[in-house]
Amino acid sequence: MKQKQHGFWDDVKKYRSLLLMLVPAVLFFLLFAYIPMSGIILAFKQYDYTGGVFGSPWNGWDNFKFFFNSGDAWRVTRNTALYNIAFIVVNNVIQICAAILLFEVAGKWFRKITQTVLFLPYFISWVVVGAIAYNLFNFDVGTINVLLKGLGMQPVDIYNTAAYWPVILVVVSAWKTLGYGTIMYLAAITSIDTEMYEAAEIDGANIFQRIMKITVPNLMPTVIILVLLAIGNVFRGDFGMFYNMVGNNGLLFSSTDVIDTFVFRSLTTSNEIGMSAAAGFYQSLLGFVTIMLANYAVRKYDKDRALF
Amino acid sequence: MSSTTANLKTPEVSRKRGNKDKMILAIIGYVMLTVLAIFCIFPFILVVSSSLSEESTIIEKGFQLFPSAFSTEAYSLLFKYPEEMLRAYGITISVTAIGTLFGLFLTSMTAYVLSRRDFKWRGRFSFFFFFTTLFSGGLVPWYLMIVNYLHLKDTLLVLILPLLMNVFYIIVMKSFMSSIPDAITESAKIDGAGDFRIFMQLIVPLSKPALATIGLFIALAYWNDWYNALLFISKSELMPLQYYLYKMLGNMDGMRKAMMASGAVVNTDLPTESLKMAMTIVATGPILLAYPFIQKYFVTGLTIGAVKG
Repeated sequence: MKQKQHGFWDDVKKYRSLLLMLVPAVLFFLLFAYIPMSGIILAFKQYDYTGGVFGSPWNGWDNFKFFFNSGDAWRVTRNTALYNIAFIVVNNVIQICAAILLFEVAGKWFRKITQTVLFLPYFISWVVVGAIAYNLFNFDVGTINVLLKGLGMQPVDIYNTAAYWPVILVVVSAWKTLGYGTIMYLAAITSIDTEMYEAAEIDGANIFQRIMKITVPNLMPTVIILVLLAIGNVFRGDFGMFYNMVGNNGLLFSSTDVIDTFVFRSLTTSNEIGMSAAAGFYQSLLGFVTIMLANYAVRKYDKDRALF
Repeated sequence: MSSTTANLKTPEVSRKRGNKDKMILAIIGYVMLTVLAIFCIFPFILVVSSSLSEESTIIEKGFQLFPSAFSTEAYSLLFKYPEEMLRAYGITISVTAIGTLFGLFLTSMTAYVLSRRDFKWRGRFSFFFFFTTLFSGGLVPWYLMIVNYLHLKDTLLVLILPLLMNVFYIIVMKSFMSSIPDAITESAKIDGAGDFRIFMQLIVPLSKPALATIGLFIALAYWNDWYNALLFISKSELMPLQYYLYKMLGNMDGMRKAMMASGAVVNTDLPTESLKMAMTIVATGPILLAYPFIQKYFVTGLTIGAVKG
C-alpha cells in the first residue's frame, strides 16, 4: 500500500469542514490582534486624522525621543515593575499560608464558608472596588478618617498624598486575588499523595514538621511555575485597578502612574497618538522579552509546564 | 533529625504532643482564616450599611459600619426614577447573554478543531492563536482599528466583540476535549457524520461541565466590563451597568440631570453619598445573589486551568 503523493490543496479539501469551523476564530484574531500589530508603524509616524494609520507622514524616532526625554518613561516603567513585583511576593505568600491553613483546619463547614468568603472579591468589578475605596478613603466622610477622628487623631488626606498609595494598592491587590490564588494552591495541596503524610505520622513528625517537610516542598513546583509566569507579565499593569483606584488624579501620578494608564491618557486626554503608540510598542517589546525569558526559565525547571 | 528523637519517646507521649501541636495549629488556623475572611467581607458590609444610612448622619459623622440613623431614602430615590438604571441593566443583560452564547459557541468549536489529533495543521493554528498572548500592537492601533476602520464606536457590537474570544479559554476547552476518548467519534465518522455534526451532537453534550465553567467565566467578564464602554461609548442609552455606576461615582451632577430628564423633580440636595453606595449595591446585587450557586463552577475552572492539559 503506497501512499499517494498529495499536495496542499488535497489537504485543504480533506480538512475542509474543520477549516471552515476555524474561520470565525481566525477572522476574529486577524481583526483584533494581527492587523492591529501592523499599526505599530504608528510609533514612527506623526499621526493625522486625514492620513490615518498608513497615510500619515513618518517622523522616525521622534515619538520615542519625546517619550524617553519627558522623564515619564522611566517613571511609569519603574512603577509598573515595582508594583507587579510587590503583588507577586505579597499575594503569593498570603495565598500559600491561607491554602495550607485551610487544608489543615478540620471543620468542614468552616472551610466551606471561609473559601466562599475569600473568593468573593474576585467577582466584583474594579468600578465597585473604586466605590469601596471612596467609602474608605474620602477625606470628609471616609471610614478611615471617621476612625481616626474618633481616636482623637488628625484626619489624613489620602487622595492627595502619593506616599500612601503603594501600600494601599498592594493591600487592594491582595484583597482581590486572595481567594483565587488560595483555591489554586489548595488544589495543588490536595493532590499531594496522602501516603507521605501517613508515613510522616508514623515516624512521629508533628504537624508543623509535616507542613514544613512535606507540604511546602511538594508545593514548591507549583509556586515556582506560577511566580515565573507572573514575572513574565511584570510590565503589564492592571489598568482596571489603577484607573478605578486613582483615576486622573495628577497629584498621585508619581507613585501610581503605570505604563497602561500613561498610554491610555496619552491617547484619550492629551491626544498624543504617535507618542502613545510608541509607549505601547515599547511595552509590548518589554513584555515579549520578559515572557520569553520567563518561559525559558520554566522550561529549564520543568519542561511539561512551559507555555511552549 | 527530629524524627529520631521522636522515636525514642513512648508512643503515648508522642501522641499527646501531637495532639497539642494540632491544637496549636487549629487555633492559629481558625484565628488567621477568620481575620482574612473578615478582611474580605468587611468592605461589602461597609457599603451596605452606608447605603442604608441617613444622608445628614453621613455628612456629620461620615460612613460607619453600623448606621446610627437608618434610612432607605437612597434606594427609594433610585427606584422612584429607575429609567436610566433599568436601561443600563438592559444593556448589560443583553450584552452578557449574546456575548456569552456566541463566545461559548465559537470558543468550543475552535477548541474542538484544535483537539482533533488527526488534523494536520493543529500545531500551526494553535500557535497562530497563542502568539497573540505574547505580543500585541498595544492599545493605540487596536483602538484605531475599532474606531476608524470597523466604525464600531457607539454600537452595541463594540461591547460584545472585544471580549468574544479569549485564547486562555480556548486552551482550557481544548485540553478538556482532548480527554474525550477518540473511540466515541470514530464510530460516528464511520457512519458518515460530518465534523460539524459530530461536534454539535457528540462533543457538546459530553463537554457540559467545561462549557458551564467557561460560559460563566465569559459571562462574568461581560457583566463586569466597563473598559470597552469607557473607550467606545459616549451615548448614554448604550451605557452598560458598570460604566453607568462609574459615571455616577464621579459625577453626581450628571445623576441629577439624568433624573431630571426622566421627569423627576429633584431638589438640589440629593443624598449624594448614600446614593453612591446604594447605586453600588444595586449594580453588584445580581452577582452577590448568584454567587453562592455559581461559585463552584469557577473553582472547577481554576483547578482545570491550574493543571495544564
